[in-house]
Amino acid sequence: MSIAARRSRKRWGDRRRSRLFVRGLHLDIPLVVSLLILSLVGLAILYSASGQDMDMVQRQIIRLGVAFTVMFLVAQIPAHYIEKWAPWVFATGLALLLAVIFFGETGKGAQRWLDLGLFKFQPSEIMKIAVPIMVAWYLAEHPLPPSPKNLVVASLIIITPVVLIVVQPDLGTSLLIAGSGVFVLLLSGIPWRLVFRFLLLVAASAPLLWYGLHDYQRARVMTFLNPEDDPLGAGYHIIQSKIAIGSGGLYGKGWLNGSQSQLEFLPERSTDFIFAAFGEEFGLFGILLLLALYLFIVARGLYIASQAQDTFTRLLAGSLILTFFVYFFVNISMVTGLLPVVGLPLPMISYGGTSMVTIMASFGILMSIHTHRRLVST
Amino acid sequence: MRLTIKDHIRESRLFNERAAIALAITLLLLMAVMARLVYLQVFSHEHFSTLANENRINLVAIPPTRGLIYDRNGVLLAQNLPSFSLEIIPEQVKDMEATLAGLQELISLSDNDLARFRKLLRKKRSFSSIPLKFHLDNEEVARFAVNRHHFPGVDIEARLIRDYPLGKLAVHAIGYVGRINEEEMQTLDPANYSATRFIGKTGVERFYEAILHGRVGYKNVETNALGRILREVNRTPPTPGQDIYLTIDIKLQKIAEDALQGRRGAVVAISPQTGDILSLVSMPGYDPNPYVIGIDPKTYAALQNSPDKPLFNRALQGQYPPGSIIKPFIGLAGLEYKQLGIHTSSFCPGWFSLEGDDHKYRDWKKTGHGRTDLDKAIVESCDVYFYDLALSLGIDRIHEFLNKFGFGHRTGIDINGEAGGLLPSRQWKRSRRNESWYTGETLITGIGQGYLLTTPLQLATATATLANRGTQFQPHILYATQSPGSDDLTVLTPASLPTIQLENPEHWEQIITSMKRVVHSLHGTAHGISRTLQSNIAGKTGTAQVFGIKQDEQYVKEDVAEHLRDHALFVAFSPPDKPRIAVAVIVENGGSGGSTAAPVAARIIDAYLEPGGS
Repeated sequence: MSIAARRSRKRWGDRRRSRLFVRGLHLDIPLVVSLLILSLVGLAILYSASGQDMDMVQRQIIRLGVAFTVMFLVAQIPAHYIEKWAPWVFATGLALLLAVIFFGETGKGAQRWLDLGLFKFQPSEIMKIAVPIMVAWYLAEHPLPPSPKNLVVASLIIITPVVLIVVQPDLGTSLLIAGSGVFVLLLSGIPWRLVFRFLLLVAASAPLLWYGLHDYQRARVMTFLNPEDDPLGAGYHIIQSKIAIGSGGLYGKGWLNGSQSQLEFLPERSTDFIFAAFGEEFGLFGILLLLALYLFIVARGLYIASQAQDTFTRLLAGSLILTFFVYFFVNISMVTGLLPVVGLPLPMISYGGTSMVTIMASFGILMSIHTHRRLVST
Repeated sequence: MRLTIKDHIRESRLFNERAAIALAITLLLLMAVMARLVYLQVFSHEHFSTLANENRINLVAIPPTRGLIYDRNGVLLAQNLPSFSLEIIPEQVKDMEATLAGLQELISLSDNDLARFRKLLRKKRSFSSIPLKFHLDNEEVARFAVNRHHFPGVDIEARLIRDYPLGKLAVHAIGYVGRINEEEMQTLDPANYSATRFIGKTGVERFYEAILHGRVGYKNVETNALGRILREVNRTPPTPGQDIYLTIDIKLQKIAEDALQGRRGAVVAISPQTGDILSLVSMPGYDPNPYVIGIDPKTYAALQNSPDKPLFNRALQGQYPPGSIIKPFIGLAGLEYKQLGIHTSSFCPGWFSLEGDDHKYRDWKKTGHGRTDLDKAIVESCDVYFYDLALSLGIDRIHEFLNKFGFGHRTGIDINGEAGGLLPSRQWKRSRRNESWYTGETLITGIGQGYLLTTPLQLATATATLANRGTQFQPHILYATQSPGSDDLTVLTPASLPTIQLENPEHWEQIITSMKRVVHSLHGTAHGISRTLQSNIAGKTGTAQVFGIKQDEQYVKEDVAEHLRDHALFVAFSPPDKPRIAVAVIVENGGSGGSTAAPVAARIIDAYLEPGGS
C-alpha cells in the first residue's frame, strides 16, 4: 500500500474533526472513558477505605497520572515497532530477571526488586507485557495453528521467565505471566485436545506441585479451604472480607458508612481487599455496575483484538485483555472467597502503582494496535 | 515466503472463534462470581450483618458504685474517690522494660509501684490491664497524655477507688476492699462482677459485700478493630450498692482506741438493749488504704511479721482465758443451782486443796481473804471461794449455765472470721483429748483458767446479758441500710435471743450489786478508777495467766518477760439499773485488770454516758 493511498484513505475517513483529533492522539475513546470512570470510582472508594486519608488519595492521583501518561506514550508507538523490538524487549526482561537474582533487593521474604538508585522496580512487571509480545511475535512468524515444534519453542519462551520469577519467589506474578503466554497459545488456535491433555497433566502433578510450594503458600491454600480454622490468624482476612461484602447486602451501607472498613476490621482495605470495602458500601447493585464496567473494557479489548490487522497484534491484544480480565477476576474471587488469597490488586482501584503502570501500558498497546491500523481491507 | 505459507483469512477466522470462546468463558466466570456475590449479599446478608455488628458493637459492663459506709451518726467511714491510675495491658506492650523505663522519665514510679506491678504481671492474664501507679496528680496525667503515643498499651484510667478517710480507725470493724483474686473469682457471680475489680476482704466490707456491691450495668459501644471505643450506642445503667450505717459510734471508737493507744488489746462496747456494737477495737490497727490499691510487699511483710500482730482482729478472733471475769457468772450459777445462799460464807486461808490430794490451788492473795461470802468473793475476787463453789457445782452444771450466756460458741456477729472460744465439758475432753475430766480442772474453770477460752466479743455480750437481767440480743454491727437515691434509712430491728430465766430474779440484783461494789467499794479490785469516774458502774476485773507458774513460785511481774506477763481484763456496764452500755476490755500483758483494763472501760463509759455525749 502506497503512502498516497493511505493518505487518501485517511482523508476519506476524516469526516469529523474531533475523530480526527482523537485518531491523531491514538487513543480509543471508549477505553479511555471507561478507564477514567474506573479510576474515579477507585479514588472514591479509596478515600473511604483509607479512612478519608487525602494524602493517600493524592498519591494515588499522581500514580494514575503517571499510568495514564505511560498509556498515552505507549499508544503513540506503532504496533509494528513493538513487533520489531519484541526479541530485544524480551531479552532485556530476562537479563533484568537474572540481575534480580544476583543483585536484587529483598523485601518481605522475597527477592523481587531492583534498586536503580532513583526508584526500585520489579523486572517481573516488564515480563507481564514482554512474554505475550514475544510469544505472539514468535507464533506470528509461523503459520497457525502452530506446529508441535513451534509450540515447544513457545512453551520455552513462557517457562523460562516464569521459572525465574517463581524462584524469587512470586507465585502470583509468575502465574499471571504464564497465563498471559498461554492466552496467546490458546488464541493462536492450538488444538483443544492438547489443552485438555495439559490440564490433565497439571491435575496429575498437583501433589508434586503441593510439595514444591513454600510453607506460606501452602498455608494460604489451607486457609482458603477452611478460613474458620484460624479466624484471628490466617483466616482473618477472608472472614472479615466476606463479612464486609455480605453485610453490604443489595444496596450497601452507603459511601463512608461501611463499618467493616471504616472501623478497620477489614485488613488490606485500601489495597488487595478494596473490593470488599466497595461491596460493603455500595452493595450488590454497586458491584453489578462495577463488573459491567470491567466487562465492557474486556469486551472492547476483545473487539479491538478481533479488528486487528495482523496475527501479531491480534494475538497480543487478545492476550493483554484476557490478562486484564484474569487480574480483576482473580482479585474478586479471592476477596469473595472463591479462590485462595494471592496478592493480586484490583486493577485501577487498589492503592499502589507498580501493576497499574503495567496495566495501563498494555492498554496503551491495545490503543496503538487499534489506532495504527492501516485502513485497508485485508 | 511468509505470505505464501500463512493463510491470513483462516488465521483471522480461527482467532475470532477463539476470542468468542474467550468472551463466553469470561462471561461464565463472571456469572460464577455474581452467583457468589448473590449468595454473600442476598442469601447470607443477615448472617454477615450480624457478624459485622458483633464486630462493631461490644457489650461493656459498667461497674456499680459501691455503697458508702457510715457510723450510726452518719459520719463517713468508707467512700469512693475518683482517681487516675496508670494502667498497662501487657499484651500490647512490645518491650516491657523499655516501656517502664520510658514511663519512669515521665512519672516517678517508686520501687513499691514497680514491685507491685511485677507481682501482678506474673499473675494476671496478659490482655487484662494492670495498674502501675494510682492516684496520679493532674500534672502527671497531663505529662502522660502528651506522650501517650510513645506508649502503646499504656493508658490512664479514671476510676473510683475505695478510700477510708479515717485511716486506721475502726479498721477491724470496717475492713477493706482489695483486688478480686482467683479464689474469689470462683465463687462470684461472673456476670455481676464482670466490671468489678474490688471486693470486700475483711470486716463489714466483706460481710456486706452483697449489699454494698450493687448490680452491674451494661453499655453497647461501637469499637474499631483495635478495640478502641468510638461511641456509646445504648446503656443499661448499673444499680449502685446500698449505703450502710454501722452501729459503731465513731466518736466512742476513737476514745476507746486512744485509751488503748500503745497497747495490744481489744475493746468491745455493746448496747445491752439492742445488741448494737458501739465500738469494736483491736489494737494495734493498720491503715487499710494501701490494701485497696494493692499493698507493696515490704509494707505487707512488715505488718505480717510484726510481733504486735496488727492484722489480727483480737476482738473477734483473740481467745483468752477470762480469768476472774467468769466469777459473777459462776456465782450466779451457784445461786441458781442453790449451792449457796446469799449469806453462805467460807473461810479463805489463801489456798484450797482437794481431799486426798496435797496439791495447793492458790489464791491470788497469798495471805487469804479470811471469812468470805459471795459478795466479798466477787468484790475482792477471792479464788478459794470459787474453787469451792465450782467443786460443788461440778463441771456439768458450769458448762450448762455458762453455755446460756454464749460462752463456747460464736456469737454470730456480722463480721467474718469470729472465733468460738472454748467452754470445756466432760464430753469435749473425751472426744477431743480422749481423757476423762479431772476434778482439779473444775476448780480452775471456776476462776476462769484452764481450758476455758473466750473472745472479747463473747465477754461483752455475756456482760450485756448479765446487765440486762437475762434478756439477750444478737450482737450486730449493721445499724441501717439506705437505698441509693433515697433519704430514708431502713433501720434493722434488733434480733432477740432466748431470755435466760432465773428461778429467782433477785439473784441478778445480788450479783450486779456485788459488781457495783467491785468499782465503788473500798476493797473492790477496780476501786482505783472510782476516783475519776463520773458514772455508776458495775464491773469485774480479771487477770489471765499467759504462762503457768510452778507450785512454790511467786509471780513477780518484773521478773517476767513483757510478752509473758498476765493479760489484764475488765468487763463493766452502766448504769447498773438500766444499762445502756456494756464493755469488755482486754489489755494483753497488761498485768492486773483493775489497774490497766478498768481505766479504759471507765473512759469509754463516761464518754458514752456523759450528758450531751454520744
